[in-house]
Amino acid sequence: MTSPTQVEELRETSRGSKRKAGRGSRILTTVVLLIGALAFLFPFYYMVVGSLQKEPDTTLAGAFPSLSNITGHNFAQINGSIDLWRSLLNSGIFTGGVLLCTMVFGVLAGYALALLHFRGKGTVFGAMLLMQVVPFQLLMIPLYVLIARTYGLADNYLGMILPYAINSTAVFIFRQYFLQLPGELFDAARIDGANELRVLRSIALPLVRPALLTAVLLTFIGPWNEFLWPFLITKDQSKQPLAVSLANYISTVAASASNPFGAILAGAVVLAVPAVGLFVLFQRKFISTDLGSGVKG
Amino acid sequence: MTTPVIKRAAAPAARPDPQDHGTERARHGRLLVRVFGRQPIGIALTAPYAVFIGAIFAFPLGFAVWMSFHDYFFTAPRVSVPHPFVGFTNYKAALSDPDVLNSFVHVGVFLIINVPLTVVLSLGLAAALNQAIVGRTFFRVAYYVPYVTASVAVVGVWLFLFNSGGLVNTLLGPLAPSPSWLVNSFWAMPTIAIFVTWKQLGFFILLYLAALQNVPKELYESAATDGAGKWRSFTAVTIPGVRPATGLVVLLAIVTGANLFTEPYLLTSGGGPDKASTSPVLLMYQKGIEQGRPDVAAAIGVVLVIVVLVIALIGRRFTEGEK
Repeated sequence: MTSPTQVEELRETSRGSKRKAGRGSRILTTVVLLIGALAFLFPFYYMVVGSLQKEPDTTLAGAFPSLSNITGHNFAQINGSIDLWRSLLNSGIFTGGVLLCTMVFGVLAGYALALLHFRGKGTVFGAMLLMQVVPFQLLMIPLYVLIARTYGLADNYLGMILPYAINSTAVFIFRQYFLQLPGELFDAARIDGANELRVLRSIALPLVRPALLTAVLLTFIGPWNEFLWPFLITKDQSKQPLAVSLANYISTVAASASNPFGAILAGAVVLAVPAVGLFVLFQRKFISTDLGSGVKG
Repeated sequence: MTTPVIKRAAAPAARPDPQDHGTERARHGRLLVRVFGRQPIGIALTAPYAVFIGAIFAFPLGFAVWMSFHDYFFTAPRVSVPHPFVGFTNYKAALSDPDVLNSFVHVGVFLIINVPLTVVLSLGLAAALNQAIVGRTFFRVAYYVPYVTASVAVVGVWLFLFNSGGLVNTLLGPLAPSPSWLVNSFWAMPTIAIFVTWKQLGFFILLYLAALQNVPKELYESAATDGAGKWRSFTAVTIPGVRPATGLVVLLAIVTGANLFTEPYLLTSGGGPDKASTSPVLLMYQKGIEQGRPDVAAAIGVVLVIVVLVIALIGRRFTEGEK
C-alpha cells in the first residue's frame, strides 16, 4: 500500500508529463474530430444544396450554392407527385398515435415495473428485454397476415400504429427513472393514505418530467423515420406517411422525371427537417439519456 | 445501483400491516398477496403493455414458427381454409433457393465490413470526444444527426452522391469503379455497409461515451505512473474497460445487419445488380408478400433468427475471450 501523499506525488508527476504532450495531441484530436464531423454533416449540407438546384450539378462547383442555379421548383415538383401535406399529416398521425400510447401506457407500465410488487412482473420485464433483441423483421410476415389480412387494417392508421403502439425502449427508460427516485417518498405518501394512482400522479410523474421529454423525443424518431412497416400495409397513397411515399417516388417515378434528384432531395429535406430540428433543439436531452444504464450489464 | 432497489423492495414488507391481527380477513389478505403480489394494482397498470407484448410480440412469434411448418397462403379475410402440416417443406424450399443462401452471404459481407468498422470508428471517436473540451457538443450533434434522420431521406443523398455521374465519381475521376458503386455487383454491398456504418455510428459513439465514463480514472493514472504512453494506456485500460459496451455494440450491429431492408431496397433498387445486394429480409418481403408465400418467408425468418443468435453467441465469446 502506498500512502495518500505518495499517491498524490505520483499523480503530480504523471500530470506534469501529460501536460507537455497534452497540447499537441489535443489539437490533433480536434482536427481528426473536425474532419470526421465534416464527413458526417456534408451529406446533409449537400441534401439542401441539391434540393435547391435547377439543374443537378455534380461537379465540385455544384457543392457550393450559386445564385443563378437556385430554385424552389423541386419542392413544387415533389409536392405535385406525392402531396407533401397529406403525407406529412399521415406521418404526424402515425407518430402522434405511437407517442400517445407510449406515454400513457408506457408510464403506467414503467411505474409498475419499477416500484410495485405483483404477480407476473418478472415475466413482463423479461419479455420487454427479449423484445429488444428479436428482430422486428421476423414478426413482419405474421403481423402482416394478422393486421392486414385477418383484421383488415391495411390502409388504416390503426394498423399502422399497432405494432409500434408501446415503445419498449421508452418503457425501459421510464422504469430506470422511477427506480432512481428515493423510495421513501412513495412510502410516505402511501402511509398518508394515498392510493397508487394518486402516488403516481402527484409524486412520481412530476419528478420524472425530464424522462417524459426524453422518451417523447426518442419515441418520435422511430415512427417518423419508419419505412418498412407502413410500406407493407399502405397501398393507398393518401394514407402513406412521407417516408413511404418518398421511397415509392425514389423507386418508381424518379426514373422518368426531368430532375429526379432535385425532387428526391427536396422530399428528403422535408422528411429530415422535423426529426433533425427536434434533435438539434433538444440535443442535450437526447445525449444525457440513461444510455449508461444499458451499458453496465 | 442494486443496493437501493433491494432496500426499497424490503421496506414495505418490514412495515407491519395495520389490519393484520390474525383475523380471517387478514388471512384472506395474505392469500391474495400470495396470488397477486403485494400491490396487485401493478397488474392493472401493466395490463395494456402485457397485452401489447402478447399480441404484437409473443403471438406473432409463435405464429411465425407455426406458419413455417404449415402450408400457408393468403385468403380473403375470415375465409376458413385448411393449412396442413408440411414438416420441413418450407425450410427445404427456402434453403434450396440459391437466392436465399446468397442473401445470407450478402449479410455476411455486410457484417464483415460493418462490425469492425463500427467498433473501431465509434470507440476511436468516442475516446477522442471524451478528451476534447472545445466543441464537444457540436461534435456529438454532428455524429448523431445521421442516426436521427430517416433512412429514406439520407438514401436520397447517397443516390445523388454515388450514382455514375455523382460527386464521388466526379472527384475520383478515372479511379471510379465502372459500373458505378450501387449498380456494380462487387461494390453494391460494401457501399451499403459503409452507408449503414455512417448512419448508425452516432448511436454507438454515445454508447461508448457512456461506457468511458465508467472506466475508473485511477487506472489511467496508475498506467501513467507505470510509464505507459497514450496508446499503451488505451490498449491496456480503455479497451478492457469498455468491453461490456463492445459486446453490446457488436450485438446491436449484428441485429442491424439482420434487419437490413430499406438500404438494399432503395439504394440498389430492390436487390441490386444481379441480385448482388439482396438481404434475407428483402427476400422475405419478396417471397412472402409479392409472391404470396408467407410460409416460406416465415421459414426464412426463423432461419435468420437462429443464424443471428449463433453469430451473436460467437461474437460474445470473441469479445469476452480476447482478454
